[in-house]
Amino acid sequence: MTNFETVIGLEVHVELKTASKIFSPAPNAFGSEPNSNVNPIDLGYPGVLPVLNEEAVNYAMKAAMALNCEIATDTKFDRKNYFYPDNPKAYQISQFDQPIGEHGWIEIEVNGEKKRIGITRLHLEEDAGKLTHGDDGYSLVDYNRQGTPLVEIVSEPDIRTPEEAYAYLEKLKNIIQYTGVSDCKMEEGSLRCDANISIRPVGQAEFGTKTELKNLNSFSFVQKGLEFEEKRQREVLLAGGEILQETRRYDEQTKETILMRVKEGSDDYRYFPEPDLVPLYIDDAWKERIRAEIPELPDARRKRYVEELDLPVYDAAVLTSTKEMSDFFEAAVAAGADVKQASNWLMGEVSAFLNKEQIEVQDLKMTPEALAKMIQLIADGTISSKMAKKVFAELVKNGGDPDKIVKEKGLVQISDEGQLREIISKILDDNEQSIIDYKNGKDKALGFLVGQTMKATKGQANPPMVNKIILEEIDKR
Amino acid sequence: MAEISKEQVKHVANLARLAVTEEEVEMFTQQLGDIINYAELLNELDTTDVKPTTHVLDLKNVMRKDEPREWITKDEAMKNAPDQANGQFRVPSILE
Amino acid sequence: MSLFDFTLKELQEKLHNKEITVSDLVEASYDRIKEVDGEVKAFITLNEEAAKQQAKELDEKLGAEASILYGMPIGIKDNIVTKGLRTTCASQILDNLTDPLYDATVIQKLENEQTVTIGKLNMDEFAMGSSTENSSYADTRNPWNTDYVPGGSSGGSAAAVAAGEVFFSLGSDTGGSIRQPAAFCGVVGLKPTYGLVSRFGLVAFASSLDQIGPITRTVEDNAHLLQAIVGHDQMDSTSANVEIPNYSEALQQDVKGLRIAVPKEYLSEGVDPEVKEAVLAALKKYEELGATWEEVSLPHSKYAVAAYYLLASSEASANLARFDGIRYGKRTEKRVDMIDMFKESRAEGFGYEVKRRIMLGTFALSSGYYDAYYKKAQKVRTLIKEDFEKIFADYDVVIGPTTPTPAYKVGEKIDDPLTMYTDDVLTTPVNLAGLPGISIPCGFSSAGLPIGLQIIGKHFDEAMIYRTAYAFEQATDFHTKRPNLGGGQ
Repeated sequence: MTNFETVIGLEVHVELKTASKIFSPAPNAFGSEPNSNVNPIDLGYPGVLPVLNEEAVNYAMKAAMALNCEIATDTKFDRKNYFYPDNPKAYQISQFDQPIGEHGWIEIEVNGEKKRIGITRLHLEEDAGKLTHGDDGYSLVDYNRQGTPLVEIVSEPDIRTPEEAYAYLEKLKNIIQYTGVSDCKMEEGSLRCDANISIRPVGQAEFGTKTELKNLNSFSFVQKGLEFEEKRQREVLLAGGEILQETRRYDEQTKETILMRVKEGSDDYRYFPEPDLVPLYIDDAWKERIRAEIPELPDARRKRYVEELDLPVYDAAVLTSTKEMSDFFEAAVAAGADVKQASNWLMGEVSAFLNKEQIEVQDLKMTPEALAKMIQLIADGTISSKMAKKVFAELVKNGGDPDKIVKEKGLVQISDEGQLREIISKILDDNEQSIIDYKNGKDKALGFLVGQTMKATKGQANPPMVNKIILEEIDKR
Repeated sequence: MAEISKEQVKHVANLARLAVTEEEVEMFTQQLGDIINYAELLNELDTTDVKPTTHVLDLKNVMRKDEPREWITKDEAMKNAPDQANGQFRVPSILE
Repeated sequence: MSLFDFTLKELQEKLHNKEITVSDLVEASYDRIKEVDGEVKAFITLNEEAAKQQAKELDEKLGAEASILYGMPIGIKDNIVTKGLRTTCASQILDNLTDPLYDATVIQKLENEQTVTIGKLNMDEFAMGSSTENSSYADTRNPWNTDYVPGGSSGGSAAAVAAGEVFFSLGSDTGGSIRQPAAFCGVVGLKPTYGLVSRFGLVAFASSLDQIGPITRTVEDNAHLLQAIVGHDQMDSTSANVEIPNYSEALQQDVKGLRIAVPKEYLSEGVDPEVKEAVLAALKKYEELGATWEEVSLPHSKYAVAAYYLLASSEASANLARFDGIRYGKRTEKRVDMIDMFKESRAEGFGYEVKRRIMLGTFALSSGYYDAYYKKAQKVRTLIKEDFEKIFADYDVVIGPTTPTPAYKVGEKIDDPLTMYTDDVLTTPVNLAGLPGISIPCGFSSAGLPIGLQIIGKHFDEAMIYRTAYAFEQATDFHTKRPNLGGGQ
């Protein structure tokens, strides 16, 4: 039985969140009424000309640098010619032979093994409009998305398993989100992925014929589609068949890949230099200016959390999974929160709340400073951890200052020993039988006395102190 | 002598999305052949070490600031559409 | 004598002295159009109602500070986009584009000067052609003899000025499309340096070659019109940010000591003897005026036409791909699927010359041919540019004929595209090198047709071209001759 090796390459498109489009001053926004964010440039009217948005170049450089690419000094734009209703000029302004970034890499980790995946190139281009197919024989075109700045990131064929593909995508998304140039929201199309996959007998140097998977709507569908395709190709080859150069899509219902079209030869895009745009010369000063704007990236942060903040590796990984979570954590620590407590709250209660409400950490009403304050109030005994849950519930619901909430809700813990001893003496006086029971070995009796004390203090008594004082007082009797 | 075949002419017409009749294919094959033949004149020149010119002026880094600007209304955007529905441009679907 | 026989300066004086009104000028324009345009067929679309309204308003608010172009009737080539005014590029594919939604930068600039747009002028479809016979509307005729072509592609722009239908006009020049019709019609036409005039709103034919330029009866008026439309434009990335001189001041200087280069290739065997004779006579005139001329060589000029047609057609194949019948323009009536909708709409909307160039350009860019044709042509472009650079190290201007022959008869060459192309041998090198060039009248053939003298300058040295042209114009009377049309003026 032949053993096969899988070879996967990924092409990822990421929309850049500039304020205006890459070649026109129309707003770059998602979710507007169809054809409302367009102007004659986006509509490809006769006589219009593109003018490059400087910020799109800066963002593309930032993404390329974060992915360890070398940044081109001389670069330019080219026309990629093809007819389709969502492509209003019938050419897409893209970059052909001088991409803005090349020779990058990212490191992924699968089953504890680290691996570097090469990035062939990252280039800047314009997004197309959106075509919706009806079932009446017509399709509708909305050009709002036309001209959104886009980077295409092409990986080397270094990926060997669908799990690695998944890890690559997670890592890529993570890094790009950190740079702040894109939301990378697959559900809004601001990150899109096509996958190429082929298999070959182990030991064979040349690649097998690849198929391309398109219209993949989530990272897990990428993985599942590749898993299916890996198996399908193996079965075809083992049955003596031949893999055709095909474009396929993953069907979420049947969990299979389905043929879209067989490719005949390569497409002829007739690339040529865009005469309406002049070349870019990116000098070192420009590169350094952008490099200085790149924030600390997830790998570096993770390392720092473990080495300098003494956090467990697991905590560091969870906290850095998004920049927003990580920034929240850092702000809480900067405001005086205990590192481990802040981590526990974020990974526990906060994450549970975000999941339940289906919101992101940046949407929280609770500020990092408020979380830090609450943690301090627990540490200095002002509130119990039980009270803290009430404070937390209020903070995430309405925001505000923990000190105020504690006061308004009367949540201040009674930790005054004299005051507690007085209350407890009275409770012991009223419950002689419980003292006898306890002395006879019924531990439950102690619980009852603690409960009575908490009831008498409306839950505000400091529980460890209550325990301690009750025992001392029983001993005295 | 450069030759251009009818098949090439049909291929090019397809790339350029131009419907052509057989008579037109005939005509374009002849005319494009003549022009391409004439263009062979350029092969008299050795241009191995010559840099291609895309832009005659030596301009670089022409860019604009990232500032959105209102320009036309949605109604204007749809104004010249040959066919539209639901505020979108309508086109016949592709036949699978 | 028509009002348009006066110069700009004279007309402005009359306006300010209340001898005439803007309405008189605009009326004169439409009257003349009614009189002769049935024969000349220079216009595709008239702007009569709006123009007359505008003239009234301008008459009311005329002040001492008015621009020198105030109220002047102008015609606009129909590939320059005008908001609210139909813009067709003489193509059926844009026949229904009654409002292209915005104004070209040059139109905005003219609005600041308060010129009055009389209408949109005929041309070869999408500026592809040299005779205006490729218009899908009508064959514009040469006002000097209506059996003859006016040249092209800005045939309507040149003919309308020559026929006295407008005071002046704008054309566009990609391979000679201003200079050649100016020569055929006996008027003054300038193609500015690439990048001097914004291309924003000029419907692209070949983006790296196209320039808008002025067509007028005199050199001085040409300088005034150019002055109004030049300048850096943020909407055009290829627009140059250079200091703009005062062009009419440049006219004051004479040409004593001017060094003229005359490329021997420009007076070779392909050039009609009458044309050659007129050019040599002009050079003699320059000698009399104190200039010197020497024969030089532009060794790569014989390759210019081939390089030009490959490059221009390649760019055009992409520039004209947007006409797909979806957002504006013609859509086929046939019930077909998406791909055939593209193919049929384009096949019905474009004429043969446009299709031919789209096919040529698509071929030159296609896989396997790119290096042999497109890239090769780009390299030859470099050589042609360098030819001129060498000459301009020693000379102030290059002078030669604008065209190898005077105007030819309608129908004479239209079925022979290649011959038509090779006629552009004297104009295309200027576009490939991005240089400015003017055509001014320098004589008449024995058949009574105008002959054009081409003066080529250094990049952004339009002032030197005007100075050279003006000196000749002042020493001759060719520019005062008028065609005998519509029973005389």
